[in-house]
Amino acid sequence: MAAGTGSGSTVSAIFSPVRFWLLLPSWVVIGFFLLVPVLLMLTYSFLTKEFRGGVIWEFSLASYDQFLFDRGLFGDEAPVIKWTYINIFIRSILQAFGATIFCLLIGFPTAYFIATRPIQSRTIWLFLITVPYWVNLLIRTVSMKFLIRDSGPLNELLLYIGLIDAPLHVINTNFAVQLGLFYSYLPFMVLPIYASVERYNFTFSEVASDLYASKVTILWEVILPVVKPGIIAGSILVFVPSLGAFLAPDLLGGAKTFMIGSLIEDQFKGNAGNWPFGAAASMILLSLVLVVLMFYVRAQNKDQT
Amino acid sequence: MIMKTFFSAATLALIANSAVAEGKLSVYHWFEYIPAELVEKFSTKYDVDVTVDTFDSNESMLASLKAGTMGSYDVAVPGDYMVEIMVGLGLLDTIAAGELTNINNIEEQWLNVPFDMGRKHSIPYQWGSTSFSVNRDAYSGNINTTDIIFNPPEQLKGKINVLDSQGEVMAMAALHLGIPQCSTDRDQLKSLDALLQSAKENWASFGSDTAKEVLVSGDAAVGMIWNGYGARARAEGANIEYSYPDQGYVVWMDNVVLLNEAPNRANAILFMDFLLEPENIAAVTNYAMYADGIKGSTPFLDAELASSPEHNPRAGSGAGVFVSVCDQATQEVYDQIWTRLRS
Repeated sequence: MAAGTGSGSTVSAIFSPVRFWLLLPSWVVIGFFLLVPVLLMLTYSFLTKEFRGGVIWEFSLASYDQFLFDRGLFGDEAPVIKWTYINIFIRSILQAFGATIFCLLIGFPTAYFIATRPIQSRTIWLFLITVPYWVNLLIRTVSMKFLIRDSGPLNELLLYIGLIDAPLHVINTNFAVQLGLFYSYLPFMVLPIYASVERYNFTFSEVASDLYASKVTILWEVILPVVKPGIIAGSILVFVPSLGAFLAPDLLGGAKTFMIGSLIEDQFKGNAGNWPFGAAASMILLSLVLVVLMFYVRAQNKDQT
Repeated sequence: MIMKTFFSAATLALIANSAVAEGKLSVYHWFEYIPAELVEKFSTKYDVDVTVDTFDSNESMLASLKAGTMGSYDVAVPGDYMVEIMVGLGLLDTIAAGELTNINNIEEQWLNVPFDMGRKHSIPYQWGSTSFSVNRDAYSGNINTTDIIFNPPEQLKGKINVLDSQGEVMAMAALHLGIPQCSTDRDQLKSLDALLQSAKENWASFGSDTAKEVLVSGDAAVGMIWNGYGARARAEGANIEYSYPDQGYVVWMDNVVLLNEAPNRANAILFMDFLLEPENIAAVTNYAMYADGIKGSTPFLDAELASSPEHNPRAGSGAGVFVSVCDQATQEVYDQIWTRLRS
């Protein structure tokens, strides 16, 4: 670790005169492909919608109003808080949260297992984790649908070995969506946790054990504090994309109810054709994500001080 | 040896490629709606490079064009009401009289259509109906009623797939209630909203591009579907029956339109003329399994199409209606009802 930091500062010393120029390409890319679209979205969210898609360049708060207030079916009742969209957000957050927990429960033991293998075989295990991700996400999600449907191989197998009497109905349920998200984002959980478990010095466990700490105590008091940054990073990497996902909800959840992702998609390419509202919903989603990230940064800073 | 064959094949391909296409044609089309062989035939005959991009709803096509793909496509294939909308938005170019040599092949009834009087911007592609198919292993009762979708019997609850298509779902709900489309009557709109809210409880999923697959796989026992797509699901082995309900059903026509700012306008006209030839449009009909509106295509059609139950409305069924285009204020209420349905 110390050697790593040392070599890092040497490198930056060598490059310091040109550091600005080395960073320039990333600034240009981030600026152009991240900040400009976000600013564009922010602008659009305050414009007037054009009927059947598009915007009229007139300032309007209608989109945020539409998000927050219900004025009845015909728009002439007294405004009350509208739960329609808030519920979509809550549902998506719970969904993403479920997927994160799912990933954590499977991802942590996996990462721990890999990190405790001999160094030579770790690469192979990590490689195995990433192999499915060489296949397109859409294809993986469709295959998942094929696997879990009522008459699919999974049910056939369970029926055959007599574990169940009637097919498990998984497709078009929330559980199916979480399964899909879990499968899509598992490596994002495994890899950061692996990185922090790998740095963990296992003699700590032995020391704790010698001092009569139980296995549970060792896990909670010794291992977890060290690998916490990895767990937090992994959780964020799973939670954030799950929040905006629309492939898994559409294909595995039956798209019966909108998730944040499909709600936004529908504003731009679907039936609704309301661009400013789609932009406003995106901005609200972005703000939520930023809040989560701020908590992360604060937790990180606290750990370091 | 294999390597050698490979190289000579590659060389041949290169030579063939260097002699390509004087021109290009860019088509914006529905998914699974044109046989690849037909595209190939056009491409070879006129020495034109054809690219086909696909969309899955009229609305998403419009959104994409409005978001900046106008000018990159030559022709698109919108449904009836969408032609009217696109004409209104000025997205379509006018076909001058005499430009299409085969225009007289269009059947009389499809020549002066309300969405494009005199066919100034479009030609017929396929027409058909939207209703639903029911799996006969799952349900053997009466399916000649829209109750199957909106007030389903116990056996079918939770096994219904509905098209992700606001216009068609709303039109069908209006038929079920016996109210006009684009209604402005508040009580009617409230009952429409209430109907969809209660029906939703019994629906399993929304999906258009998955409409055939869910019926074939058995994920859904009832699927709202286009008649030809339903026929294809049946051909792929699903034991399903298509319904022409007492309350009526939705009729639609998809049309090839000439887009404004078409980069290859001349080839677009060639393509439209090509599709007006009975033999060529019949190839589309045999593939998509709807009906074309072209005189003289019948001899080229597969025999089973003529007798297929999906293509012959049951005697005594309700009438077919087109989806109406509402004005903005009315449409906004319908959009609200749709959002409430999906949340």
